[in-house]
Amino acid sequence: MGGRITLFFRNPGQLRMNKTDLIEKPRLRDDLPDFRPGDTLRVHVRVAEAGRERIQVFQGVVIRRQNGGLRETFTVRKVSFGVGVERTFPLHSPTISKIEVMTHGRVRRAKLYYLRERRGKRARIRERREPRDSVAARAGGSAHDDQGEQPEQA
Amino acid sequence: MAETKGILGTKLGMTQIFTDDSRAVPVTVIQAGPCVVTQVKTKERDGYEAVQLAYGRARKREVSKPMAGHLKAAGAQPSLHLIEFRTDAGGYQPGQKITVDIFQPGDRTDVVGVSKGKGFAGVMKRHNFAGLGASHGTERKHRSPGSVGACATPSRVFKGMRMAGQMGNARVTVLNLEVVESDPERNLLLLRGAVPGPTGALVMIRSSIKTVADSRKQP
Repeated sequence: MGGRITLFFRNPGQLRMNKTDLIEKPRLRDDLPDFRPGDTLRVHVRVAEAGRERIQVFQGVVIRRQNGGLRETFTVRKVSFGVGVERTFPLHSPTISKIEVMTHGRVRRAKLYYLRERRGKRARIRERREPRDSVAARAGGSAHDDQGEQPEQA
Repeated sequence: MAETKGILGTKLGMTQIFTDDSRAVPVTVIQAGPCVVTQVKTKERDGYEAVQLAYGRARKREVSKPMAGHLKAAGAQPSLHLIEFRTDAGGYQPGQKITVDIFQPGDRTDVVGVSKGKGFAGVMKRHNFAGLGASHGTERKHRSPGSVGACATPSRVFKGMRMAGQMGNARVTVLNLEVVESDPERNLLLLRGAVPGPTGALVMIRSSIKTVADSRKQP
């Protein structure tokens, strides 16, 4: 076996594609809002227990987005009863029923790990004033949530 | 025991997909086939039963004349790869096309490929030896294998002693990979788990030879 690589996508439209895109593209979710690290989200998670399903909301700050394509995940951090809680969700998983973007945060890096060493006021994130258009309307409705770092307990 | 079915393909890489109950399943995407049966070997004529498959488009000049004639006889395009696998030759005819629809989701398969070459590797990488200590007086021997045997008896090193050497770039068979999806339209096959070799490598997929009967049939 072995030998040279055979290129099968000679038709122009597919040439530049990553080959696993054939599988991933149709499975990506396009119903989720655009968000970045620093934004505050309410993630509605489907939880199956004892045969029935209910929705659980996890609200906090996005501290990272990782990987790409179907394998993309994001991590949301919140402080619950004084304890930091981080949850990582697969972005394209069907367990996520809805994502609401509460505020856009102004941050200067992609991974906000520094929030872990900060508490209270020091862990604030400034709000980004010119949020991207798609979610601007919704973010405007919850402008009071300026601190973004102290979500109410779910 | 169902007859052994097989097909050749190109590994396109790995990703994950979500099942209906929201579980993420790691899958290898393989572009498999279509293959053409170029020769059917029978007990009477060849002493064993097997089917020979051709896969991969080749340019004309990449195929030697004798090979081109062999392929032409079966009505196949010039092909890069010819592989033979043992099976009941009964249902096969030269010229027959084989596509991924021979496999259905839930089937179990074995995949044969050539593993990624790692070159001449030491024992820690190749055999997972622990090496020697980082300190306590160890000098320049941190990744060494240590002792390879006793002294005057047997006064030789036993055969098969694990040592440094070529690692990878060898034929590897992975058993019992579940077919997650098979897409005859695009000739794609999704198998659960990893498959030997780099992306773009040639792999052979055949129905599993060691599957326990009851785990076979599940949708």
